[in-house]
Amino acid sequence: MSAFNAIGEERDIDRDEYTPGIEPQPTWCPGCGDFGVLKALKQALPEVGRTPEETLLCTGIGCSGKLNSYLDTYGFHTIHGRSLPVARAAKLANPGLEVIAAGGDGDGYGIGGNHFMHTARENHDMTYIVFNNEIFGLTKGQTSPTSPKGHKSKTQPSGSAKTPIRPLSLSLTSGASYVARTAAVNPNQAKEILIEAIEHDGFAHVDFLTQCPTWNKDAKQYVPYVDIQDSDDYDFDVTDRREASEMMYEAEDALHEGTVLTGRFYVDEDRPSYQEEKKAIGEMPEEPLAERYFADDYDWDQKRSYDLLDRHV
Amino acid sequence: MTDDELIWRIAGGSGDGIDSTSQNFAKALMRSGLNVFTHRHYPSRIRGGHTYVEIRATEDDVKSRGDGYNFLLALGDSFARNPKENAYYGEEEIKPLYENLDELREGGIIVYDSGMLDTDDIPNFDERVEENDWHVFDINLREIAKEHGREIMRNTAGVGVTAALLDMELDEIENLMEDAMGGDMLEANLNVLHDAYEMTNEEYEFEHDLTVPTGEHDEEQVLVSGSNGVAYGALDAGCRFIAGYPMTPWTDVFAIMSQNLPEFGGIAEQVEDEIAAAALAVGASHAGVKAMSGSSGGGFALMGEPLGLAEMTETPIVLIEAMRAGPSTGLPTKPEQGDLESILYSSQGDSNRVVFAPADPAEAYDQTRMAFKLAYDYQIPAIVIIDQKLSGENRNVPKSFFDRPVDADPGSVLTEEELAEAPHDESGKFERFIHETDNGVAPRSLPGQKDGRYLATGNEHNKAGHIDEDPDNRVAQMSRRMEKLVSIREELDEEHESQQSYRGPEDAEYGLITWGSQQGTVEEAVDRLNERGVSVKSIGVSDLMPYPEQEMTEFLESVEEAMIVEMNATAQFRGLTQKELGQFGEKLTSFLKYDGNPFEPEEVVEAFEAQINGADESPVTRTEIRPAAGD
Ligand SMILES: Cc1ncc(C[n+]2csc(CCOP(=O)(O)OP(=O)(O)O)c2C)c(N)n1
Ligand code: SF4
Repeated sequence: MSAFNAIGEERDIDRDEYTPGIEPQPTWCPGCGDFGVLKALKQALPEVGRTPEETLLCTGIGCSGKLNSYLDTYGFHTIHGRSLPVARAAKLANPGLEVIAAGGDGDGYGIGGNHFMHTARENHDMTYIVFNNEIFGLTKGQTSPTSPKGHKSKTQPSGSAKTPIRPLSLSLTSGASYVARTAAVNPNQAKEILIEAIEHDGFAHVDFLTQCPTWNKDAKQYVPYVDIQDSDDYDFDVTDRREASEMMYEAEDALHEGTVLTGRFYVDEDRPSYQEEKKAIGEMPEEPLAERYFADDYDWDQKRSYDLLDRHV
Repeated sequence: MTDDELIWRIAGGSGDGIDSTSQNFAKALMRSGLNVFTHRHYPSRIRGGHTYVEIRATEDDVKSRGDGYNFLLALGDSFARNPKENAYYGEEEIKPLYENLDELREGGIIVYDSGMLDTDDIPNFDERVEENDWHVFDINLREIAKEHGREIMRNTAGVGVTAALLDMELDEIENLMEDAMGGDMLEANLNVLHDAYEMTNEEYEFEHDLTVPTGEHDEEQVLVSGSNGVAYGALDAGCRFIAGYPMTPWTDVFAIMSQNLPEFGGIAEQVEDEIAAAALAVGASHAGVKAMSGSSGGGFALMGEPLGLAEMTETPIVLIEAMRAGPSTGLPTKPEQGDLESILYSSQGDSNRVVFAPADPAEAYDQTRMAFKLAYDYQIPAIVIIDQKLSGENRNVPKSFFDRPVDADPGSVLTEEELAEAPHDESGKFERFIHETDNGVAPRSLPGQKDGRYLATGNEHNKAGHIDEDPDNRVAQMSRRMEKLVSIREELDEEHESQQSYRGPEDAEYGLITWGSQQGTVEEAVDRLNERGVSVKSIGVSDLMPYPEQEMTEFLESVEEAMIVEMNATAQFRGLTQKELGQFGEKLTSFLKYDGNPFEPEEVVEAFEAQINGADESPVTRTEIRPAAGD
């Protein structure tokens, strides 16, 4: 008997299944970029073919973290900066789940920066969407790690003396095997990229540009944007680290000069995911661990031995 | 000198094989029928630095390291012998000998490696020997080791000498060596052992009257440390996921689990920090695996937020807190019971968790199992407190104690069939956080189950998990979560034997109270006090939260005065007791120690006698007596 019949169930998935019936209306401000992520996810998920039951969405804390309330999957709204460690453990515990983590740029690149680096390094098989609005939204407009140098806010009244984080480059150097940037104002590309990211076997990082009209008024609405895959000006091999790295650098510099480059920056289909690596060295069971607790025929006592008590490390 | 107990101390440099040698020697003593107890002392350094392990062996039950010791095997410090290091480490070289002499009992034996150590460097050595009637054997262990193997086998030579001096058979020691190694290495070690044994018998005359006590066990024993007890308890509780970050002394539990979990079909993760470690445990448990994490003081401080998340989302997890002396990095390799308050209350909001503090390795196994059971049945975090003392302390435990099957029950999880019948809100979400329950537990679903979709969130939430600040809902949810502790207390009181241990006559006039790793020491003190005609009994508390109100009330009502013995400077358990019981303040005094060393039984005896005789000050240096609230 499996306790998880919903996993791997094959059926056509209705778009509306991801939309909660009587759920609270989003509390996001009118014009907020977060709506774009919600919409793109609602479009992408049915196409990936995963049911709401087998999808686990882990969010952080921020306006972005509220995504979980408006998308009808299994959800875990965690704490500020910690969506990734919760998400990756859930995936290790039950690899049958489609695990997606999401949060803001403060959440993901600031307080959770260490987890970002390490989750990418390990190449966990999951998707990570960062709502990059270059500002702290929920706490009312403080400078964030992606705010441009010189950005003024109540907590940085003389303008920030720090250069912004380079999320794409950071992700690549840390070891992510899929890195893309898209924007809420670019719904078709966003949907395509999310589908790819979710289907990718490894850590897929999507830096999702979301405008915050409330606190980041002078920030560009990320238009006009350029889709680098559609443009002849940006010809490079997405599977080549060096070329990808150069493109990322250019995109990160250009963003603060007003040119919004979006698309896939790096795709490595060959690198095994963390789970596969762990399986290869015998540190990860073949079958989903979570299911074992419900398997009537599993022999829990088989490895028990008094030697263990006597063994000292 | 009495020969009813042997307390053998092996001292030397870290890296001299002190741990493995003492481990084997303790096992040999255990297998010869004795009860054993080991105590480990080490500095916060990797190589070099003075370290010792003590093994106490008696025919009777042994509950603590005792006071002092009667046999010293002093190896040199191999690291300090490197001439380059001399300047830096100064007198390190002779520490294994002179630093240990203070606690050597009258009539005791000293065996020292004359190939490494020189008594000329030790002030007043000959006078002290004469004064204390010590028996000194200067034996060139280094030479014996080099002749038949390598210099590093000095420890084996030392064991050979010990066996000869104590008139022990070599077979158990040989068997253990055969278990631990093979090939040339084994052969060389056996040669060293025999050579040292024979040489001692041939060349030395024995005038001491120390012999190994004899004893017999009714059944086969295993030598278990506190860390092993916790790890084996976790494995038997069905724990199959651990995440951690190294920190002494928690690392022992983490390493034992990491080495064994894959074999048991589980997963171990060493991660970037302790916040991540606890958050991973939450994630794995949320997805349906029994999961744990843990740390020591500073690392546990980082776990506050994920711990609170587990409380609010009602995600079961077990955390181990292996305390060491604080604040901050404190004394990295010394014990203290100073984290109690942070364990009870860290994280924001009203705390809602189970906290256990086992007394010894067997109880560490027991209570870790119980911690998992309660955590998963009640969807609540459970914390097991050990400390630097208990984590490295070995005791013999009958094998049959561990004859219990693995508990694979994931607790209050619904099946898909049950979920189909369970309440759902208008949008079809499973009402995972219903208000009304019998014991505070609202059954849960696991991601991947049909009809179980809900939102887990660290914000206050309604029945389906949506963020909700409605005052009525808030009160209903809070009350239900807090009700779990009441139910757990009832379950512990009614269905399980008392977690506390009692010692001494029931109608005793006075009481001694302690908790966690100090229980054995206090019990030994109670025995001695009663032998000396003082009417005293003790309660050793092993489950701290939910607080054992009934048992503590009964105990305190029955005595005239009680002294709480704990290893911290601010009387944290006494504070908890007064908060929880709201009375008895005038009956309670404290005996506190926070110098980095655990209590010894005689210290407790002296302090207690001083207290009942009305002394203002502690008779023991580096300890403190705190008066009763009514004084
Ligand atoms: C440990 C901790 N520190 C601070 C906060 C307060 N806090 C909540 S959201 C937030 C920042 C939100 O900014 P971002 O992550 O960029 O997300 P956005 O709201 O812009 O989507 C902060 C600082 C918190 N909840 N927890
Ligand atoms: S504050 Fe900014 S990020 Fe938050 S909801 Fe409003 S527009 Fe969106």
